[in-house]
Amino acid sequence: MPAKQDILAQLQRDILALQGTRPATASAIDLGLGPITAAFPNNTFPTGAIHELISPRPETAPATSGFTAALVSGLMQPGGACLWIGCTRKIYPPGLKTFGIEPDRVIFLDMKNEKEVLWATEEALKCNGLAAVISDIRELTMTTSRRFQLAAEQSRVTGFILRQQPRNLHPTASVARWQISPMRSKGEAGMPGLGFPGWNIGLTRIRNGHPGNWQLEWQAGRFQFDNTPVATLLEQRQRKTG
Amino acid sequence: MSSRFLSLWFRHLKTDYTAIRRPALLTRPFVLALPDHGRKVITAANRLAEQEGIQPGMTVADARILIPTLEELDDKPELTDQLLHGLALWCIRYTPVVAVDPPNGLIMDVSGCAHLWGDERAYLTQIVATLRSKGYDVRGAIADTIGAAWAVARYCRHTPLIEPGEHITTLLNLPPASLRIEPSITTRLQKLGLEKIHRFASMPRQTLRTRFGNEFLLRLDQAFGRVDEPIKPVLPVEPFIERLPCLEPIRTATGIAIALTQLLETLCQCLKKQGKGLRTAVFKGHRVDGKIIQINIGTHRASHNEKHLFKLFEEKIPTLEPDLGIEVFTLEAPKVEDVSPLQPAMWNGATGLGDNGLIGLLDRITNKTGPHTIHRYLPAEHYWPERAFILAKTFDEIATDTWSVTRPRPIHILSRPEPIDVTAPIPDYPPMLFIHKGQRHKIIHAEGPERIEQEWWIRQGEHRDYYAAENEEGVRFWIFRLGHYNGDKTYQWFLHGYFA
Repeated sequence: MPAKQDILAQLQRDILALQGTRPATASAIDLGLGPITAAFPNNTFPTGAIHELISPRPETAPATSGFTAALVSGLMQPGGACLWIGCTRKIYPPGLKTFGIEPDRVIFLDMKNEKEVLWATEEALKCNGLAAVISDIRELTMTTSRRFQLAAEQSRVTGFILRQQPRNLHPTASVARWQISPMRSKGEAGMPGLGFPGWNIGLTRIRNGHPGNWQLEWQAGRFQFDNTPVATLLEQRQRKTG
Repeated sequence: MSSRFLSLWFRHLKTDYTAIRRPALLTRPFVLALPDHGRKVITAANRLAEQEGIQPGMTVADARILIPTLEELDDKPELTDQLLHGLALWCIRYTPVVAVDPPNGLIMDVSGCAHLWGDERAYLTQIVATLRSKGYDVRGAIADTIGAAWAVARYCRHTPLIEPGEHITTLLNLPPASLRIEPSITTRLQKLGLEKIHRFASMPRQTLRTRFGNEFLLRLDQAFGRVDEPIKPVLPVEPFIERLPCLEPIRTATGIAIALTQLLETLCQCLKKQGKGLRTAVFKGHRVDGKIIQINIGTHRASHNEKHLFKLFEEKIPTLEPDLGIEVFTLEAPKVEDVSPLQPAMWNGATGLGDNGLIGLLDRITNKTGPHTIHRYLPAEHYWPERAFILAKTFDEIATDTWSVTRPRPIHILSRPEPIDVTAPIPDYPPMLFIHKGQRHKIIHAEGPERIEQEWWIRQGEHRDYYAAENEEGVRFWIFRLGHYNGDKTYQWFLHGYFA
């Protein structure tokens, strides 16, 4: 008779499969997310799913775009292409290269209004020739997110919905909800200039996973984790310089 | 029935063409010239200029000595081919077989065509008169062989019509240059005193071959009709167009869709046979009341996939107004390109710009929202941030440069730099704090300056000194100061972008 834990694990796997999460395979892409990986179901970054990235204030929007670009660069690695859909574009194409994306492999779709963005996003999520679809959508309803999620599950395209200053945060059908904010650069103590780009990563909702908060930096083309809290570093520096 | 050939000789092809475009030149001597080794060499002269002794090959400076008021225009080397090709297509109304005969002629196979215009004389007069009325100085001749017609058109002063079987007699009295041989051989023949063809036509072939080569003999045989001469006729481009008349006027969307499917099927089969695919297509409906309604589509890559094309049209069918009904449908493909053969799937789930699914998606999006929705950028070799990338013209265009990563570049950029109020220690330190849209940002870390100059040949305004600055929250800005510090004027700072 199998042990109780085995039965539970089997049931867990079955439920995940029913909910659209595919079991981890050898071909799963490792995005180098380190400790964050443990928060995901099956310990793999959910591809073929919808990720919501909330930026509550305009200041956090560049950090959100940067983190998304870093994730997408990992998904695009085998020479893929991605779509960036929106109606007011702020992205500076050469800046994407910092996060490992070849900017000429990104196709920008500049739509006239949010309605067209929704339509284009759903169409794009149905196209399995893409590595990722990034879309600037402010308000996402349950119905729309459900449609996106079903399309993504079918085509295995990963969708990123960048929600800037959303009015409400009702539950949606997306697999994960992130909240990214910029982190003060650590840099070398006493050295002038800016450090590596760093973010406070908040995974506020993850289906069948464990939400959490992390801090990470983007160094030399990959994520770098540092568990030293920023505050202590800053204190040290101020003591030295002051 | 023996073959008959017509040779047309445009004596001043390029200058005539120029004069037709600019009638003011008709009464003045002018030449077309091309630069060559630092001087201008005449490539064509009009009749008035030639009368004064100006020949192609002279330099413009020399020609100006003969005619000080000589007008000189730039020549286009490819113009001759274009003109002859166009004229050949126009001549298809007289005979189906027309070939281009560079540098200044056309050859037409007129066997069995002349009787439609009465006789050969009327036929030739008709062609020559029409061309002359358009403004071309043209001579034509009809003979049994291409060589003879060519020779008679250019060298015979008496009659342009050589009766069947008489071409040899006519040729014998013409100079050897009329045989389409190289100028060097013509000079040699003249040195030897062989000024007319009959002087050497009866010489032993062996002697002629050893002295003047095979090419010479071939030309002689072709002119006399002993050897057939192949010509390469001009093929008119057939438009890809399909037509579907209906027994009764069609008024429903379903009916239109059925008509469209049928038309697409035949058109796509036709395209497939020739290895082509359409880039644009127009679907027209001729209504009972005489009006024409139409829908247009475009694709990003040549396609002859019926299903995909139907999808593109399908979305626009509701915009058609059949009113009382549509009698005739037509489907036309004005822009057609070669289709690259489908590559076998080398890797599964190919994710890339070449993916057919992606192309189909972009087609649908363009079709729905218009052509200015899709943007893709390629690197450009400029440091100036606004010029560091250019819009890719076609979807298959590959980046020739690489994207530079030597200097930090922001992820978000403002479409126009926004002015900010700054407190900064002079002369070259980054600001300590700045106010943007009423919000104070205290700067903790900064790096720079990175001076970016405009290229002097496209300079508009001053250089910029860029700083990357981080505020207390960790938000990173890309700010710049315009121009140099100067004691007596205020300098301006701008916010241009945000780093991630």
